[in-house]
Amino acid sequence: MSEAIDTPEAVSATDRVAGHSTDLLAKFKPLINEREALLATGVRDPFSIVMEKVLSPTRAIIKGQETILLGTYNYMGMTFDPEVVAAGKKALDDFGSGTTGSRVLNGTYDPHRDCEEALKEFYGTKSAIVFSTGYQANLGVISTLAGKGDYIILDADSHASIYDGCWLGNAEIVRFRHNSVEDLDKRLGRLPREAGKLVVLEGVYSMFGDVAPLPEMVAVAKKHGAMILCDEAHGMGFFGPNGRGVYEEMGCEADIDFVVGTFSKSVGTVGGFCVSNHPDFEVLRLVCRPYVFTASLPPSVVATAATSIRKLMKAGDKRAHLWKNSKRLHQGLRDLGFNIATETAQSAIIAVVLPDQEHAVALWQALLEGGLYVNLARPPATPAGTYLLRCSLCAEHSDEQVGQILGIFEAAGKATGVI
Amino acid sequence: MSARDDIFAQVAEQIEPFNKKGVALSDATRFATDLEWDSLTVMDFVAAVEDEFDILITMNMQAEIETVGQLVDAVIKLKAER
Repeated sequence: MSEAIDTPEAVSATDRVAGHSTDLLAKFKPLINEREALLATGVRDPFSIVMEKVLSPTRAIIKGQETILLGTYNYMGMTFDPEVVAAGKKALDDFGSGTTGSRVLNGTYDPHRDCEEALKEFYGTKSAIVFSTGYQANLGVISTLAGKGDYIILDADSHASIYDGCWLGNAEIVRFRHNSVEDLDKRLGRLPREAGKLVVLEGVYSMFGDVAPLPEMVAVAKKHGAMILCDEAHGMGFFGPNGRGVYEEMGCEADIDFVVGTFSKSVGTVGGFCVSNHPDFEVLRLVCRPYVFTASLPPSVVATAATSIRKLMKAGDKRAHLWKNSKRLHQGLRDLGFNIATETAQSAIIAVVLPDQEHAVALWQALLEGGLYVNLARPPATPAGTYLLRCSLCAEHSDEQVGQILGIFEAAGKATGVI
Repeated sequence: MSARDDIFAQVAEQIEPFNKKGVALSDATRFATDLEWDSLTVMDFVAAVEDEFDILITMNMQAEIETVGQLVDAVIKLKAER
């Protein structure tokens, strides 16, 4: 059962050759062969797209063709916001291109401190710690919070960064079936009462775009004396009256101990963070290896993040428009006959489920040729071995663009026999 | 049947729905190479075994278990610890 240690987003053991070879890359030969066979059929490589020009949060030039972007997680469309861009330029002028140092040594500049202030304002928390990426935030916080003898209880469909955070630390790792409150309850009930426990949840699960039943899960976790970390990577900006995430929308703010998030989605740049009201939270700055042993973000990046975060606090109109777009695309694709991973639009991620790799790649390519970019996702990154075309909407998509998107889907779906 | 045989039979029963190729089971049967399970199948199977015996097989433990026999022994140990 050793392949169980593979995370859903890692290369699965089934992609590897049995036995040994002195060539350390030989284990990846089946994957190389599969890719070559796929590309030999004449399709474009879905994993090596280059954006030659980016015109706006929703439009780019790919292979000389203007393309609507529908797979960027740029939910709130902040990447070209004039104030955000100006803040980055000013920080470049004032602080230079990079810090060349760790946050705990020479790598904390005024913009880093200000960015953490912006997060505290946005989340209404006592503490905020900025990491260099969202991946590192999960890696650092999870591996540091749960130590030897503690337990991490995580959803089976958790993001790779959560799994990797588990492997980096020394805690015991227990999985429960995706979004199953009963399964979580049962597994917590089998753990030693006195052991430290960290339940790791996500507001929005990024593959299917479904949300977690947080109030029920939080109640179960509290019943068993567990602390709770909620990853709001795909919830920030979009959910809740203040855009804090699904946990805010569902009224769980008092019970979530740690919220992890990223700057690479709604915020529109790169970086990660964790916010908390725990009185001793700041000690993580000293003991969290993925925080200490890496260079801090460039000042221009944290300056753009801080400006964007403060604007997101007042983005109620954008949130409403994004919801409208998401619901319309979801319903429109269903009406065309596509199979969508969720019954209704639960987030700004709309995942089209395809029967196999051939159909998935054919439709993906037909969409691209029609001027639409979406994400192709394949096992083992996806749950239950599914092939997905993941669409993520942006608040800057106009009503007209959503109409165009549905038109491109209709033509491509018919041309490839998917609908 | 010994107590271990009973556990083996119960584990075998849990393997059946996932044993698509009808592989004959023994202590030496390997999950990855003989049953050809991928990580998703393993996850579903582990959850089923956990619920059948009311135990927890942590992912750390799973990493050490490669054969049916090793799983049977682990189940016996975990049941005794309860």
